[in-house]
Amino acid sequence: MLILTCPCCGVTGEETEFHPGGEAHLKRFGPGSEDGEFTAYLFDRKNPRGVHFERWRHAFGCGKWFHAARCTATLEVFGTYSARVSAPPEEILAMIRARRPGWEASA
Amino acid sequence: MAQAALRRFSGEALIEEAGPTGMVTLRGTLRSGAILSAVQGAVGLRVPEVRRAESGPRGSVLWMSPDELMLICEAGEAAGIAAGITERLAGEHFLALDLSSARSRFRISGAGAREVLAKGAPVDLAPRAFGPGDLRRTRLGSVAVAFWCTGPDMFELICFRSVADHVYEWLCLAARPGGRVHLY
Ligand SMILES: [Zn+2]
Repeated sequence: MLILTCPCCGVTGEETEFHPGGEAHLKRFGPGSEDGEFTAYLFDRKNPRGVHFERWRHAFGCGKWFHAARCTATLEVFGTYSARVSAPPEEILAMIRARRPGWEASA
Repeated sequence: MAQAALRRFSGEALIEEAGPTGMVTLRGTLRSGAILSAVQGAVGLRVPEVRRAESGPRGSVLWMSPDELMLICEAGEAAGIAAGITERLAGEHFLALDLSSARSRFRISGAGAREVLAKGAPVDLAPRAFGPGDLRRTRLGSVAVAFWCTGPDMFELICFRSVADHVYEWLCLAARPGGRVHLY
């Protein structure tokens, strides 16, 4: 069971109040892109054992989307942050490094 | 059209259908002066803080999300309030709609009221954590609800009308005599 804090309304709730939205920070490839880029945008997803960035929605609460950084192996949540960014903010990366010394964000 | 009698059930808590209720949804920048004065003019209340409800003689204002309020009023007043806000906020970026038919309202009261809600919602309902004026949008069992505390051991709850029968029966089952666990 994950305990997530919604950065939009401040509720700290258990995961049944939220809905997962898959991998975060995907870059969209639309009309005019190469077939390979478009295919990767649609289908290629990271599946790490460890630190992962995801989209979540406070489905039963305020209804807003946000981002979460968590560990897929231990379910530890490092932090949650605004949906309005295209990469994890520095304070989230610092929280991850504090808990996972030596971890480096992959491209 | 004749109104069906309102259902009520007395068990470990009193479960009551509230019947026809005016509900106006208002979306926009909640802290803007225009919205503050529109809400004040419509129901004579302040815009509530996050996860709070304001109540007065003319109705209530519920915080629903960072950009959404719900105004609760008499059933016959909702259309006029929505129209009045729309007139007052002309030129602003906002939405005011009479959504009275979308949801149903219930009252849950009595010594077992906190436990009835706690059986279905992943929310800390201890008196020190959830008191008068506090509000949560969450789930009850498997359906979306919003409930707020109107006084000691008194709560109101709204849910979509399509699941209102289910919610009423769910609340009655949770309040069935002998069902107290005395957590609070
Ligand atoms: Zn939220």
